[in-house]
Amino acid sequence: MNTSVKFEIDKKRTKRRISLNNASKYVFSLSTIFALIVLAILLYRIGVQSIGWLDWNFLSGNLSIFPEKAGIKGAIIGSVGLMLVVIPVTLVLGVSTAIYLEEYAKKGKMQRFIQINISNLASVPSVIFGLLGLAVFGRFFNLGSSILAGGLTLSLLVLPVVVVASQEALKAVPGFLREASYAMGANQWTTIRKVVIPVALPGILTGTILAISRAIGETAPLVVLGIPTLILRVPTSVMDDFTALPIQVYYWTLDTVLTAEYANLAAATIIVLLFTLFLMNSLAIIIRNKFQRNF
Amino acid sequence: MNQNENMTKSGIVYEVKGLNLWYGNDQALKDINLKIGKNEVTAIIGPSGCGKSTFIKTLNRMIENIPSVRTTGEILYHGEDIFDKNVRVEELRTKVGMVFQKPNPFPKSIYENVVYGPKIHGIRDKNLLMEIAETSLRSAALWDEVKDRLNDNAYGLSGGQQQRLCIARALAVQPDVILMDEPTSALDPIATAKIEELIDRLKKDYTIAIVTHSMQQAGRISDKTAFFLMGELIEFDRTEILFSNPRDKRTEDYITGRFG
Repeated sequence: MNTSVKFEIDKKRTKRRISLNNASKYVFSLSTIFALIVLAILLYRIGVQSIGWLDWNFLSGNLSIFPEKAGIKGAIIGSVGLMLVVIPVTLVLGVSTAIYLEEYAKKGKMQRFIQINISNLASVPSVIFGLLGLAVFGRFFNLGSSILAGGLTLSLLVLPVVVVASQEALKAVPGFLREASYAMGANQWTTIRKVVIPVALPGILTGTILAISRAIGETAPLVVLGIPTLILRVPTSVMDDFTALPIQVYYWTLDTVLTAEYANLAAATIIVLLFTLFLMNSLAIIIRNKFQRNF
Repeated sequence: MNQNENMTKSGIVYEVKGLNLWYGNDQALKDINLKIGKNEVTAIIGPSGCGKSTFIKTLNRMIENIPSVRTTGEILYHGEDIFDKNVRVEELRTKVGMVFQKPNPFPKSIYENVVYGPKIHGIRDKNLLMEIAETSLRSAALWDEVKDRLNDNAYGLSGGQQQRLCIARALAVQPDVILMDEPTSALDPIATAKIEELIDRLKKDYTIAIVTHSMQQAGRISDKTAFFLMGELIEFDRTEILFSNPRDKRTEDYITGRFG
Protein backbone atom coordinates (compact mmCIF):
# COMPACT_ATOMS: atom_id res chain seq x y z
CA MET A 1 0.00 0.00 0.00
CA ASN A 2 2.96 2.30 0.32
CA THR A 3 3.96 2.16 -3.31
CA SER A 4 5.81 5.21 -4.50
CA VAL A 5 4.72 5.00 -8.13
CA LYS A 6 1.33 6.58 -8.66
CA PHE A 7 -0.59 6.55 -11.88
CA GLU A 8 -4.11 7.02 -13.12
CA ILE A 9 -5.86 4.86 -15.61
CA ASP A 10 -7.15 6.69 -18.68
CA LYS A 11 -10.77 5.63 -18.59
CA LYS A 12 -11.50 6.80 -22.12
CA ARG A 13 -8.80 4.54 -23.54
CA THR A 14 -10.02 1.60 -21.54
CA LYS A 15 -13.54 2.13 -22.86
CA ARG A 16 -12.27 2.27 -26.41
CA ARG A 17 -10.25 -0.89 -25.98
CA ILE A 18 -13.24 -2.73 -24.59
CA SER A 19 -15.40 -1.75 -27.55
CA LEU A 20 -12.57 -2.70 -29.94
CA ASN A 21 -12.42 -6.05 -28.23
CA ASN A 22 -16.15 -6.58 -28.72
CA ALA A 23 -15.93 -5.49 -32.35
CA SER A 24 -13.09 -7.89 -33.10
CA LYS A 25 -15.13 -10.71 -31.64
CA TYR A 26 -17.89 -9.97 -34.17
CA VAL A 27 -15.48 -9.66 -37.10
CA PHE A 28 -13.95 -13.05 -36.37
CA SER A 29 -17.26 -14.75 -35.77
CA LEU A 30 -18.57 -13.29 -39.06
CA SER A 31 -15.77 -15.05 -40.91
CA THR A 32 -16.85 -18.33 -39.40
CA ILE A 33 -20.52 -17.62 -40.08
CA PHE A 34 -19.74 -16.93 -43.75
CA ALA A 35 -18.41 -20.45 -44.20
CA LEU A 36 -21.32 -21.89 -42.25
CA ILE A 37 -23.87 -20.00 -44.38
CA VAL A 38 -22.38 -21.34 -47.60
CA LEU A 39 -22.51 -24.85 -46.19
CA ALA A 40 -26.10 -24.34 -45.00
CA ILE A 41 -27.24 -23.12 -48.44
CA LEU A 42 -25.59 -26.09 -50.09
CA LEU A 43 -27.12 -28.55 -47.65
CA TYR A 44 -30.53 -26.92 -47.97
CA ARG A 45 -30.57 -27.00 -51.77
CA ILE A 46 -29.40 -30.55 -52.20
CA GLY A 47 -31.56 -31.57 -49.25
CA VAL A 48 -34.70 -30.21 -50.90
CA GLN A 49 -33.77 -31.69 -54.28
CA SER A 50 -33.11 -35.12 -52.90
CA ILE A 51 -36.39 -35.41 -50.99
CA GLY A 52 -38.30 -38.39 -52.32
CA TRP A 53 -35.28 -39.67 -54.20
CA LEU A 54 -32.98 -40.76 -51.42
CA ASP A 55 -34.47 -44.04 -50.28
CA TRP A 56 -33.45 -47.68 -49.89
CA ASN A 57 -34.13 -48.44 -53.55
CA PHE A 58 -31.78 -45.65 -54.54
CA LEU A 59 -29.01 -46.99 -52.31
CA SER A 60 -29.43 -50.63 -53.29
CA GLY A 61 -30.53 -50.29 -56.90
CA ASN A 62 -28.47 -50.62 -60.02
CA LEU A 63 -27.79 -47.79 -62.48
CA SER A 64 -30.37 -47.10 -65.13
CA ILE A 65 -31.08 -44.46 -67.73
CA PHE A 66 -34.57 -44.09 -66.25
CA PRO A 67 -34.31 -41.76 -63.23
CA GLU A 68 -37.07 -43.54 -61.28
CA LYS A 69 -35.23 -46.85 -61.47
CA ALA A 70 -31.66 -45.61 -61.03
CA GLY A 71 -29.71 -46.60 -57.93
CA ILE A 72 -26.12 -46.10 -56.82
CA LYS A 73 -25.22 -49.53 -55.47
CA GLY A 74 -22.50 -49.82 -58.12
CA ALA A 75 -21.10 -46.39 -57.30
CA ILE A 76 -20.99 -47.15 -53.57
CA ILE A 77 -19.21 -50.44 -54.20
CA GLY A 78 -16.86 -48.63 -56.60
CA SER A 79 -16.00 -45.97 -54.01
CA VAL A 80 -15.47 -48.61 -51.31
CA GLY A 81 -13.26 -50.56 -53.74
CA LEU A 82 -11.19 -47.44 -54.40
CA MET A 83 -10.69 -47.01 -50.64
CA LEU A 84 -9.58 -50.62 -50.30
CA VAL A 85 -6.81 -49.83 -52.78
CA VAL A 86 -5.98 -46.29 -51.60
CA ILE A 87 -5.79 -46.94 -47.83
CA PRO A 88 -3.15 -49.71 -47.79
CA VAL A 89 -1.12 -48.18 -50.63
CA THR A 90 -0.93 -44.69 -49.11
CA LEU A 91 -0.37 -45.96 -45.57
CA VAL A 92 2.46 -48.30 -46.50
CA LEU A 93 4.17 -46.08 -49.08
CA GLY A 94 3.46 -42.77 -47.36
CA VAL A 95 4.47 -43.75 -43.84
CA SER A 96 7.55 -45.62 -45.06
CA THR A 97 8.67 -42.60 -47.06
CA ALA A 98 8.11 -40.34 -44.07
CA ILE A 99 10.07 -42.68 -41.79
CA TYR A 100 12.93 -42.82 -44.27
CA LEU A 101 13.09 -39.04 -44.73
CA GLU A 102 12.69 -38.22 -41.03
CA GLU A 103 14.64 -41.00 -39.35
CA TYR A 104 17.14 -42.53 -41.77
CA ALA A 105 18.01 -40.05 -44.53
CA LYS A 106 21.10 -37.98 -43.95
CA LYS A 107 20.10 -34.35 -43.59
CA GLY A 108 21.69 -32.73 -46.59
CA LYS A 109 21.15 -31.36 -50.07
CA MET A 110 19.64 -34.57 -51.41
CA GLN A 111 17.16 -34.86 -48.55
CA ARG A 112 16.16 -31.22 -48.97
CA PHE A 113 15.72 -31.70 -52.71
CA ILE A 114 13.39 -34.67 -52.18
CA GLN A 115 11.54 -32.76 -49.48
CA ILE A 116 10.88 -29.74 -51.70
CA ASN A 117 9.68 -31.95 -54.54
CA ILE A 118 7.25 -33.82 -52.29
CA SER A 119 5.80 -30.51 -51.13
CA ASN A 120 5.54 -29.41 -54.76
CA LEU A 121 3.78 -32.63 -55.72
CA ALA A 122 1.16 -31.92 -53.08
CA SER A 123 0.10 -28.84 -55.03
CA VAL A 124 -0.04 -30.40 -58.50
CA PRO A 125 -3.62 -30.24 -59.91
CA SER A 126 -5.49 -33.54 -59.69
CA VAL A 127 -6.18 -33.60 -63.46
CA ILE A 128 -2.47 -34.00 -64.04
CA PHE A 129 -2.35 -36.98 -61.71
CA GLY A 130 -5.23 -38.37 -63.78
CA LEU A 131 -3.16 -38.05 -66.95
CA LEU A 132 -0.22 -39.70 -65.19
CA GLY A 133 -2.49 -42.52 -64.04
CA LEU A 134 -3.88 -42.93 -67.56
CA ALA A 135 -0.40 -43.15 -69.07
CA VAL A 136 1.21 -45.35 -66.41
CA PHE A 137 -1.51 -47.55 -64.93
CA GLY A 138 -4.13 -47.37 -67.68
CA ARG A 139 -1.91 -47.81 -70.73
CA PHE A 140 1.56 -48.99 -69.69
CA PHE A 141 0.43 -51.55 -67.10
CA ASN A 142 -2.70 -52.17 -69.16
CA LEU A 143 -5.07 -51.82 -66.22
CA GLY A 144 -7.54 -49.79 -68.31
CA SER A 145 -10.12 -47.95 -66.23
CA SER A 146 -10.36 -50.60 -63.51
CA ILE A 147 -10.75 -50.03 -59.78
CA LEU A 148 -7.06 -50.88 -59.37
CA ALA A 149 -5.99 -48.23 -61.92
CA GLY A 150 -8.29 -45.65 -60.31
CA GLY A 151 -7.16 -46.52 -56.78
CA LEU A 152 -3.48 -46.33 -57.66
CA THR A 153 -4.03 -42.97 -59.40
CA LEU A 154 -5.82 -41.57 -56.36
CA SER A 155 -3.06 -42.98 -54.13
CA LEU A 156 -0.47 -41.02 -56.12
CA LEU A 157 -2.60 -37.93 -55.71
CA VAL A 158 -2.79 -38.06 -51.91
CA LEU A 159 0.63 -39.63 -51.20
CA PRO A 160 2.47 -36.30 -50.86
CA VAL A 161 -0.05 -35.09 -48.29
CA VAL A 162 0.24 -38.32 -46.32
CA VAL A 163 4.05 -38.12 -46.41
CA VAL A 164 4.15 -34.53 -45.20
CA ALA A 165 1.54 -35.15 -42.46
CA SER A 166 3.38 -38.27 -41.24
CA GLN A 167 6.69 -36.42 -41.25
CA GLU A 168 5.21 -33.71 -39.07
CA ALA A 169 3.86 -36.36 -36.68
CA LEU A 170 7.29 -38.04 -36.49
CA LYS A 171 9.03 -34.71 -35.95
CA ALA A 172 6.78 -34.02 -32.98
CA VAL A 173 8.02 -37.10 -31.09
CA PRO A 174 10.24 -35.68 -28.33
CA GLY A 175 13.94 -36.51 -28.66
CA PHE A 176 14.23 -37.63 -25.05
CA LEU A 177 12.02 -40.64 -25.80
CA ARG A 178 14.40 -41.74 -28.55
CA GLU A 179 17.36 -41.23 -26.22
CA ALA A 180 15.69 -43.32 -23.53
CA SER A 181 15.29 -46.16 -25.99
CA TYR A 182 18.81 -45.94 -27.42
CA ALA A 183 20.23 -45.92 -23.90
CA MET A 184 18.58 -49.30 -23.30
CA GLY A 185 20.61 -50.74 -26.16
CA ALA A 186 17.79 -50.55 -28.68
CA ASN A 187 18.75 -50.13 -32.32
CA GLN A 188 17.18 -47.63 -34.67
CA TRP A 189 14.43 -49.83 -36.06
CA THR A 190 13.41 -51.10 -32.63
CA THR A 191 13.27 -47.53 -31.38
CA ILE A 192 11.15 -46.42 -34.33
CA ARG A 193 8.81 -49.41 -34.06
CA LYS A 194 8.37 -49.46 -30.30
CA VAL A 195 8.61 -45.81 -29.34
CA VAL A 196 8.47 -43.36 -32.24
CA ILE A 197 5.59 -44.82 -34.27
CA PRO A 198 3.27 -45.50 -31.31
CA VAL A 199 3.70 -41.91 -30.16
CA ALA A 200 3.31 -40.50 -33.69
CA LEU A 201 0.42 -42.79 -34.65
CA PRO A 202 -2.51 -40.44 -33.87
CA GLY A 203 -0.92 -37.72 -36.00
CA ILE A 204 -0.15 -40.13 -38.83
CA LEU A 205 -3.67 -41.58 -38.84
CA THR A 206 -5.38 -38.20 -38.65
CA GLY A 207 -3.36 -36.91 -41.61
CA THR A 208 -3.94 -40.08 -43.59
CA ILE A 209 -7.69 -40.21 -43.01
CA LEU A 210 -8.11 -36.57 -44.00
CA ALA A 211 -6.07 -37.18 -47.15
CA ILE A 212 -8.13 -40.25 -47.98
CA SER A 213 -11.40 -38.39 -47.58
CA ARG A 214 -10.04 -36.01 -50.17
CA ALA A 215 -9.45 -38.98 -52.47
CA ILE A 216 -13.05 -40.16 -52.01
CA GLY A 217 -14.35 -36.86 -53.33
CA GLU A 218 -11.99 -36.60 -56.31
CA THR A 219 -13.59 -36.62 -59.78
CA ALA A 220 -11.14 -35.18 -62.27
CA PRO A 221 -8.45 -37.91 -62.23
CA LEU A 222 -11.10 -40.62 -62.65
CA VAL A 223 -12.79 -38.81 -65.54
CA VAL A 224 -9.43 -38.51 -67.27
CA LEU A 225 -8.83 -42.20 -66.66
CA GLY A 226 -11.90 -42.89 -68.81
CA ILE A 227 -14.60 -44.16 -66.46
CA PRO A 228 -17.63 -45.16 -68.62
CA THR A 229 -20.67 -42.86 -68.43
CA LEU A 230 -23.11 -45.66 -67.86
CA ILE A 231 -22.10 -48.94 -66.36
CA LEU A 232 -24.77 -51.42 -65.53
CA ARG A 233 -22.67 -54.24 -64.07
CA VAL A 234 -21.65 -54.04 -60.41
CA PRO A 235 -17.87 -54.59 -60.09
CA THR A 236 -16.87 -57.86 -58.47
CA SER A 237 -13.07 -57.52 -58.45
CA VAL A 238 -10.49 -54.72 -58.50
CA MET A 239 -9.84 -55.45 -62.18
CA ASP A 240 -13.42 -54.57 -63.20
CA ASP A 241 -14.57 -51.29 -64.66
CA PHE A 242 -16.43 -49.20 -62.13
CA THR A 243 -18.12 -45.94 -61.30
CA ALA A 244 -17.78 -43.97 -58.06
CA LEU A 245 -19.97 -41.53 -56.13
CA PRO A 246 -18.37 -38.25 -57.32
CA ILE A 247 -18.29 -39.56 -60.92
CA GLN A 248 -21.99 -40.26 -60.75
CA VAL A 249 -22.64 -36.72 -59.45
CA TYR A 250 -20.60 -35.35 -62.35
CA TYR A 251 -22.27 -37.35 -65.12
CA TRP A 252 -25.80 -36.84 -63.81
CA THR A 253 -25.23 -33.12 -63.49
CA LEU A 254 -23.92 -33.02 -67.08
CA ASP A 255 -27.05 -34.75 -68.37
CA THR A 256 -29.66 -32.63 -66.58
CA VAL A 257 -30.28 -30.87 -69.91
CA LEU A 258 -31.61 -34.14 -71.25
CA THR A 259 -33.47 -35.42 -68.22
CA ALA A 260 -34.34 -32.89 -65.48
CA GLU A 261 -34.70 -35.58 -62.80
CA TYR A 262 -31.01 -36.38 -63.06
CA ALA A 263 -30.45 -33.27 -60.89
CA ASN A 264 -32.39 -34.94 -58.09
CA LEU A 265 -30.30 -38.08 -58.46
CA ALA A 266 -27.11 -36.00 -58.28
CA ALA A 267 -28.38 -34.26 -55.13
CA ALA A 268 -29.18 -37.57 -53.47
CA THR A 269 -25.71 -38.88 -54.37
CA ILE A 270 -24.12 -35.76 -52.91
CA ILE A 271 -25.91 -36.44 -49.63
CA VAL A 272 -24.50 -39.97 -49.57
CA LEU A 273 -21.01 -38.66 -50.41
CA LEU A 274 -21.14 -35.94 -47.75
CA PHE A 275 -22.33 -38.47 -45.20
CA THR A 276 -19.37 -40.73 -46.05
CA LEU A 277 -16.94 -37.81 -45.70
CA PHE A 278 -18.56 -36.83 -42.40
CA LEU A 279 -18.06 -40.38 -41.13
CA MET A 280 -14.40 -40.40 -42.19
CA ASN A 281 -13.68 -37.07 -40.52
CA SER A 282 -15.41 -38.16 -37.31
CA LEU A 283 -13.26 -41.27 -37.35
CA ALA A 284 -10.16 -39.07 -37.63
CA ILE A 285 -11.27 -37.03 -34.61
CA ILE A 286 -12.10 -40.13 -32.57
CA ILE A 287 -8.69 -41.64 -33.32
CA ARG A 288 -6.94 -38.42 -32.42
CA ASN A 289 -8.73 -38.13 -29.09
CA LYS A 290 -8.37 -41.78 -28.21
CA PHE A 291 -4.63 -41.94 -28.69
CA GLN A 292 -3.69 -38.41 -27.72
CA ARG A 293 -0.96 -38.37 -25.10
CA ASN A 294 0.20 -35.62 -22.84
CA PHE A 295 3.81 -34.85 -22.19
CA MET B 1 49.41 -49.83 -0.36
CA ASN B 2 50.63 -52.44 -2.77
CA GLN B 3 47.54 -54.55 -2.24
CA ASN B 4 45.38 -51.49 -2.79
CA GLU B 5 47.11 -50.77 -6.07
CA ASN B 6 46.48 -54.32 -7.24
CA MET B 7 42.82 -54.14 -6.37
CA THR B 8 42.22 -51.07 -8.45
CA LYS B 9 44.21 -52.49 -11.32
CA SER B 10 42.12 -55.65 -11.58
CA GLY B 11 38.90 -53.73 -11.06
CA ILE B 12 39.19 -51.14 -13.79
CA VAL B 13 36.00 -50.72 -15.77
CA TYR B 14 36.84 -47.76 -17.96
CA GLU B 15 40.20 -46.56 -19.13
CA VAL B 16 40.05 -43.42 -21.24
CA LYS B 17 43.21 -42.73 -23.24
CA GLY B 18 43.85 -39.50 -25.13
CA LEU B 19 40.19 -38.85 -25.95
CA ASN B 20 39.48 -35.88 -28.21
CA LEU B 21 36.03 -34.94 -29.46
CA TRP B 22 34.84 -32.35 -31.96
CA TYR B 23 31.41 -30.97 -32.79
CA GLY B 24 32.10 -29.98 -36.40
CA ASN B 25 35.13 -27.76 -35.96
CA ASP B 26 34.68 -27.02 -32.27
CA GLN B 27 36.75 -29.19 -30.00
CA ALA B 28 34.68 -30.13 -26.97
CA LEU B 29 37.04 -32.62 -25.29
CA LYS B 30 40.81 -32.30 -25.26
CA ASP B 31 43.10 -35.22 -24.51
CA ILE B 32 41.11 -36.78 -21.67
CA ASN B 33 42.82 -39.53 -19.68
CA LEU B 34 41.18 -41.20 -16.72
CA LYS B 35 40.29 -44.53 -15.16
CA ILE B 36 37.06 -45.55 -13.55
CA GLY B 37 37.27 -48.39 -11.03
CA LYS B 38 34.70 -51.07 -10.33
CA ASN B 39 31.98 -50.22 -7.79
CA GLU B 40 33.18 -46.65 -7.56
CA VAL B 41 31.06 -43.55 -7.84
CA THR B 42 32.84 -41.04 -10.05
CA ALA B 43 31.48 -37.50 -9.98
CA ILE B 44 32.14 -35.22 -12.92
CA ILE B 45 31.98 -31.54 -12.09
CA GLY B 46 32.70 -28.31 -13.91
CA PRO B 47 30.95 -25.18 -15.18
CA SER B 48 28.31 -25.34 -17.91
CA GLY B 49 29.72 -26.04 -21.35
CA CYS B 50 32.90 -27.62 -20.00
CA GLY B 51 32.23 -30.93 -21.74
CA LYS B 52 31.11 -33.04 -18.79
CA SER B 53 27.83 -34.13 -20.38
CA THR B 54 29.64 -34.71 -23.65
CA PHE B 55 32.16 -36.88 -21.85
CA ILE B 56 29.60 -39.03 -20.06
CA LYS B 57 27.59 -39.51 -23.26
CA THR B 58 30.76 -40.65 -25.01
CA LEU B 59 31.13 -43.52 -22.54
CA ASN B 60 28.14 -45.33 -24.08
CA ARG B 61 28.52 -43.66 -27.49
CA MET B 62 25.18 -41.85 -27.18
CA ILE B 63 27.04 -38.77 -28.36
CA GLU B 64 27.15 -40.29 -31.85
CA ASN B 65 23.45 -39.48 -32.28
CA ILE B 66 24.67 -35.97 -33.04
CA PRO B 67 25.73 -36.22 -36.70
CA SER B 68 28.70 -33.84 -36.72
CA VAL B 69 30.59 -35.55 -33.89
CA ARG B 70 34.12 -36.88 -34.48
CA THR B 71 36.38 -38.55 -31.94
CA THR B 72 39.97 -39.71 -31.65
CA GLY B 73 41.63 -41.69 -28.89
CA GLU B 74 40.55 -44.78 -27.04
CA ILE B 75 37.99 -45.67 -24.41
CA LEU B 76 38.74 -49.12 -23.05
CA TYR B 77 35.75 -50.79 -21.41
CA HIS B 78 37.01 -53.86 -19.57
CA GLY B 79 40.06 -53.65 -21.79
CA GLU B 80 38.18 -53.42 -25.08
CA ASP B 81 38.06 -50.24 -27.17
CA ILE B 82 34.41 -49.17 -27.49
CA PHE B 83 35.19 -47.42 -30.78
CA ASP B 84 36.34 -50.70 -32.30
CA LYS B 85 34.44 -51.75 -35.43
CA ASN B 86 33.43 -55.05 -33.81
CA VAL B 87 31.69 -53.36 -30.89
CA ARG B 88 27.93 -53.11 -31.30
CA VAL B 89 26.58 -50.00 -29.62
CA GLU B 90 23.38 -51.88 -28.75
CA GLU B 91 25.36 -54.41 -26.70
CA LEU B 92 27.53 -51.74 -25.15
CA ARG B 93 24.45 -49.83 -24.02
CA THR B 94 22.91 -52.85 -22.31
CA LYS B 95 26.10 -53.04 -20.24
CA VAL B 96 26.30 -49.29 -19.74
CA GLY B 97 22.93 -47.88 -18.76
CA MET B 98 22.04 -44.21 -18.69
CA VAL B 99 19.79 -41.92 -16.68
CA PHE B 100 19.08 -38.48 -18.05
CA GLN B 101 18.72 -34.97 -16.72
CA LYS B 102 14.95 -34.84 -17.09
CA PRO B 103 13.03 -37.99 -16.25
CA ASN B 104 12.08 -39.50 -19.61
CA PRO B 105 9.71 -42.41 -19.07
CA PHE B 106 7.83 -43.68 -22.12
CA PRO B 107 4.13 -42.83 -22.31
CA LYS B 108 3.35 -46.39 -21.25
CA SER B 109 2.49 -48.13 -18.00
CA ILE B 110 5.02 -48.34 -15.16
CA TYR B 111 5.43 -52.06 -15.80
CA GLU B 112 5.90 -51.61 -19.55
CA ASN B 113 8.56 -48.97 -18.92
CA VAL B 114 10.65 -51.29 -16.76
CA VAL B 115 10.39 -54.30 -19.07
CA TYR B 116 11.01 -52.28 -22.25
CA GLY B 117 14.71 -53.20 -22.27
CA PRO B 118 14.34 -56.93 -21.47
CA LYS B 119 11.52 -57.18 -24.04
CA ILE B 120 13.44 -55.62 -26.91
CA HIS B 121 16.33 -57.89 -26.09
CA GLY B 122 14.10 -60.89 -26.60
CA ILE B 123 12.70 -61.93 -23.21
CA ARG B 124 9.08 -63.10 -23.69
CA ASP B 125 8.42 -65.16 -20.55
CA LYS B 126 5.72 -63.27 -18.59
CA ASN B 127 6.80 -64.62 -15.20
CA LEU B 128 10.43 -63.76 -15.82
CA LEU B 129 9.49 -60.24 -16.97
CA MET B 130 7.42 -59.72 -13.83
CA GLU B 131 10.34 -60.91 -11.74
CA ILE B 132 12.71 -58.53 -13.53
CA ALA B 133 10.25 -55.68 -13.03
CA GLU B 134 9.95 -56.36 -9.32
CA THR B 135 13.69 -56.73 -8.72
CA SER B 136 14.49 -53.60 -10.72
CA LEU B 137 11.82 -51.53 -9.00
CA ARG B 138 12.97 -52.79 -5.59
CA SER B 139 16.60 -51.90 -6.41
CA ALA B 140 15.44 -48.45 -7.46
CA ALA B 141 13.54 -48.10 -4.14
CA LEU B 142 10.26 -47.60 -5.97
CA TRP B 143 8.53 -50.95 -5.55
CA ASP B 144 6.58 -50.15 -2.39
CA GLU B 145 5.20 -46.98 -3.93
CA VAL B 146 4.03 -48.50 -7.21
CA LYS B 147 3.40 -52.20 -6.60
CA ASP B 148 -0.38 -51.69 -6.58
CA ARG B 149 -0.50 -49.66 -9.77
CA LEU B 150 2.01 -51.22 -12.12
CA ASN B 151 -0.40 -50.84 -15.01
CA ASP B 152 -0.98 -47.12 -14.48
CA ASN B 153 0.61 -44.66 -16.86
CA ALA B 154 4.10 -43.60 -15.81
CA TYR B 155 3.19 -39.96 -16.38
CA GLY B 156 1.02 -40.11 -13.25
CA LEU B 157 4.12 -40.46 -11.06
CA SER B 158 5.84 -37.50 -9.41
CA GLY B 159 9.11 -36.20 -10.90
CA GLY B 160 11.23 -37.99 -8.32
CA GLN B 161 9.33 -41.23 -8.80
CA GLN B 162 9.66 -40.91 -12.58
CA GLN B 163 13.41 -40.54 -12.20
CA ARG B 164 13.61 -43.63 -9.99
CA LEU B 165 11.49 -45.42 -12.59
CA CYS B 166 14.08 -44.44 -15.20
CA ILE B 167 16.78 -45.86 -12.94
CA ALA B 168 14.75 -49.07 -12.56
CA ARG B 169 14.38 -49.20 -16.33
CA ALA B 170 18.14 -48.86 -16.72
CA LEU B 171 18.73 -51.61 -14.13
CA ALA B 172 16.33 -54.01 -15.85
CA VAL B 173 18.82 -54.91 -18.59
CA GLN B 174 21.42 -55.84 -15.95
CA PRO B 175 24.06 -53.26 -16.75
CA ASP B 176 27.39 -53.06 -15.05
CA VAL B 177 27.84 -49.32 -15.32
CA ILE B 178 25.20 -46.61 -14.84
CA LEU B 179 25.83 -43.19 -16.30
CA MET B 180 23.84 -40.36 -14.80
CA ASP B 181 23.64 -36.97 -16.47
CA GLU B 182 22.62 -34.51 -13.73
CA PRO B 183 19.89 -36.89 -12.57
CA THR B 184 18.62 -34.67 -9.77
CA SER B 185 18.73 -31.25 -11.40
CA ALA B 186 14.99 -31.34 -12.15
CA LEU B 187 14.04 -32.65 -8.68
CA ASP B 188 13.22 -31.13 -5.31
CA PRO B 189 15.56 -31.64 -2.31
CA ILE B 190 13.59 -34.56 -0.85
CA ALA B 191 13.48 -36.44 -4.15
CA THR B 192 17.18 -35.60 -4.59
CA ALA B 193 18.00 -37.06 -1.18
CA LYS B 194 16.20 -40.28 -2.12
CA ILE B 195 18.17 -40.59 -5.37
CA GLU B 196 21.44 -39.94 -3.54
CA GLU B 197 20.57 -42.60 -0.98
CA LEU B 198 19.81 -44.92 -3.85
CA ILE B 199 23.14 -44.20 -5.56
CA ASP B 200 24.92 -45.06 -2.33
CA ARG B 201 23.13 -48.41 -2.21
CA LEU B 202 23.57 -49.14 -5.92
CA LYS B 203 27.35 -48.80 -5.85
CA LYS B 204 27.62 -52.18 -4.10
CA ASP B 205 26.58 -53.79 -7.37
CA TYR B 206 27.25 -51.19 -10.02
CA THR B 207 29.86 -48.74 -11.18
CA ILE B 208 28.43 -45.25 -11.39
CA ALA B 209 29.54 -42.11 -13.21
CA ILE B 210 27.49 -39.03 -12.44
CA VAL B 211 27.58 -35.54 -13.87
CA THR B 212 26.51 -32.99 -11.30
CA HIS B 213 26.29 -29.24 -10.94
CA SER B 214 26.24 -29.47 -7.21
CA MET B 215 29.61 -29.65 -5.47
CA GLN B 216 27.87 -30.71 -2.27
CA GLN B 217 26.33 -33.60 -4.11
CA ALA B 218 29.69 -34.65 -5.52
CA GLY B 219 31.15 -34.44 -2.01
CA ARG B 220 28.32 -36.47 -0.49
CA ILE B 221 28.08 -39.36 -2.89
CA SER B 222 31.27 -39.84 -4.87
CA ASP B 223 34.49 -41.72 -4.26
CA LYS B 224 36.38 -39.89 -6.97
CA THR B 225 35.81 -36.56 -8.64
CA ALA B 226 36.89 -35.30 -12.04
CA PHE B 227 36.98 -31.55 -12.64
CA PHE B 228 36.47 -30.47 -16.26
CA LEU B 229 37.10 -27.00 -17.63
CA MET B 230 36.76 -25.90 -21.26
CA GLY B 231 36.99 -29.46 -22.50
CA GLU B 232 40.03 -30.37 -20.46
CA LEU B 233 40.29 -32.68 -17.49
CA ILE B 234 41.98 -30.38 -14.99
CA GLU B 235 42.10 -32.64 -11.99
CA PHE B 236 41.00 -36.15 -11.10
CA ASP B 237 41.42 -37.56 -7.62
CA ARG B 238 39.77 -39.10 -4.61
CA THR B 239 36.88 -36.82 -3.72
CA GLU B 240 38.10 -35.95 -0.21
CA ILE B 241 41.53 -35.02 -1.55
CA LEU B 242 40.19 -32.97 -4.47
CA PHE B 243 37.89 -31.00 -2.20
CA SER B 244 40.25 -30.54 0.76
CA ASN B 245 43.55 -30.21 -0.99
CA PRO B 246 43.25 -29.50 -4.72
CA ARG B 247 46.52 -29.45 -6.63
CA ASP B 248 45.40 -27.07 -9.36
CA LYS B 249 44.59 -23.43 -8.73
CA ARG B 250 41.61 -23.57 -11.12
CA THR B 251 40.07 -26.49 -9.23
CA GLU B 252 40.40 -24.58 -6.00
CA ASP B 253 38.81 -21.49 -7.54
CA TYR B 254 35.88 -23.52 -8.82
CA ILE B 255 35.13 -25.51 -5.68
CA THR B 256 35.40 -22.45 -3.48
CA GLY B 257 32.91 -20.74 -5.75
CA ARG B 258 35.17 -18.13 -7.22
CA PHE B 259 33.81 -18.78 -10.71
CA GLY B 260 31.40 -21.03 -12.59
